[in-house]
Amino acid sequence: MSGYWTGILTVLAINIIFAYAIFLPVATGQLNLGGAGFQALGAYAAAFLSANYGLPAAVTLGAGALLAGAVGFLIAFPILRTRGVYLVLATFAFAEVISGLILNSETFGGPMGMAVPVFLDYQVPVALALVVTVFAFYLMSTRFGLMMRATHDDEVVADLLGVSVRGVQVAAFAIGGAFAGLAGGLYAHCFSFVEVQSFNALVSIYVLLYVLLGGTQTPWGPLVGAIFFTLLPEVLREVLPTVKLSLAWLLGLKGQVAAPGESWRFIILGVLTITMMVLRPEGLITRTMLERVRPGRHASARERSP
Amino acid sequence: MLLIQQLVNSLMLGSVYVTVAVAFTLTIGILNFLNFTIPTLFMLTAMVGWALANWGVPFGLSGPLPWPWALLIGILVAVVISLIIERFTFRYLKMKYGDSTEHAIPLVSSLGFLLVLENLVRLGYGTDAQRFPGPSADLTMTVFGIFFRLPQLASLIIVVFIVIGLTWLLKSSRIGRGLRAIAENPDAANILGIDTHKIVPVVFMLTGLLCGLAGALFAVNYGEVSPQMGDDIGTKAIAGMVVGGLGSVWGAVIGGLIVGLTEIMTIHFFGADTVQVAVWGLLLVALLLRPQGLFGHHAIGKGKL
Repeated sequence: MSGYWTGILTVLAINIIFAYAIFLPVATGQLNLGGAGFQALGAYAAAFLSANYGLPAAVTLGAGALLAGAVGFLIAFPILRTRGVYLVLATFAFAEVISGLILNSETFGGPMGMAVPVFLDYQVPVALALVVTVFAFYLMSTRFGLMMRATHDDEVVADLLGVSVRGVQVAAFAIGGAFAGLAGGLYAHCFSFVEVQSFNALVSIYVLLYVLLGGTQTPWGPLVGAIFFTLLPEVLREVLPTVKLSLAWLLGLKGQVAAPGESWRFIILGVLTITMMVLRPEGLITRTMLERVRPGRHASARERSP
Repeated sequence: MLLIQQLVNSLMLGSVYVTVAVAFTLTIGILNFLNFTIPTLFMLTAMVGWALANWGVPFGLSGPLPWPWALLIGILVAVVISLIIERFTFRYLKMKYGDSTEHAIPLVSSLGFLLVLENLVRLGYGTDAQRFPGPSADLTMTVFGIFFRLPQLASLIIVVFIVIGLTWLLKSSRIGRGLRAIAENPDAANILGIDTHKIVPVVFMLTGLLCGLAGALFAVNYGEVSPQMGDDIGTKAIAGMVVGGLGSVWGAVIGGLIVGLTEIMTIHFFGADTVQVAVWGLLLVALLLRPQGLFGHHAIGKGKL
């Protein structure tokens, strides 16, 4: 496989794990806009242990995930007391505080970043992404997954039916934090370098968009969202120059046509987001859609839909 | 004396935050919608103003405009874009889909608009910071050894008048009563004869106006504009809004000033690098200890997003 494709596979695997990290809290009805903060925790924990103590990648990755999960667990109690807009803002503020602390810390290299000595090739993130995906599917099929769904759909009713709403939310938030930490650790080892600027607020926004556009009702949503939005820029990289060239030819422009800039990709992501929210706000993949697609359930799905 | 000078500086910086924070607090208080395009509108005004003052109207319709006209047109652009955003974000709040993420729709599509607008500006005007050709920087005044810049003083006065005017609008005018009724209960307001489709755009016009004004004042006062300028101001205005309490105009004023004070004092005592931690730490602590803020109401923003 060429370096180009292994690079894309690595990014894709990390994005899938990261998307599941945000999906779990969102599936219990908690928008988490602080994903980059948890990712930074995992990445810096892995980088620090690897660079200073020479620990193997398996240990550093685990430590990063554990740290982010533990921090997620600890801050879940005060943060999940807040709701709605406040929750979004609190998670956002959490990520900014983490990046601010790292930026000011000598130990972690401040704005200079840290080099990570142990390099991991694409096989490790791909394997871990598979594990995380299978785990997320399994989790959503268990009784706990059902409780998450109930919490998401109606907290009061879920509470009345004996679901520990707070417990489910905290657990989902903490597991999500651990996944984000794992994604961060993989990032550190696969790119051999961490700097706090790569875990900025826009990263949190992008990953939340992946999940919401993919759909939050089923574990298929984040998978599809992450794959689509990771591959989209690559496809656009191929297609956009051709489009621009042919437009220039149609308009009769002469001379050199400059290559389209990076900004176009984000503009297209933004336009897609707006269009999706207008046309299909519940996300690309929904429960009803899966019921229709699944073989053998056609009849029941058709009966239920009016 | 240096400390008093710093206090004056923080008041000047705070007045920009106040204007943007008031825009945030209006949309949250009335529509329960965290509008992430607000910092983008702020940036858009300044960048459009800069482009008009530097190059003039596109397609060679005019030469470079004088800066007051350029900024005025910039503010108009912000208002128009804000109305377009209303059409595609807020109108879809009342979707029929029975999923609790439905209220996230306006928030998420405002994030989409943020990406589109910011990157369009980058594409059109480049990513570099530019010098804004405003009034000369030596319009200054010294009172008892305290140093004032006249444009900053003027913008402080403008901000005070805007907030007073806005309070009057919300309290006493017919539109204001309609807006407050919508904030209380949109359905009941509709039944009682308030045309929500006509009155909701008013909020977005005010948002565009406030952000445009803040962007214009920032360009004049600090003399530098860039496509990234909204990110920093936006986050600090959000912090100010939360500290003051969501939905309260005067809360946003006090909160914006507190954030300005925190920023200048942190720089004064600890250096510029710690500002982020101080401001966001303030926000996090405020959210965890007193989520309703100094003047906020318990009910606002509690619904599922």
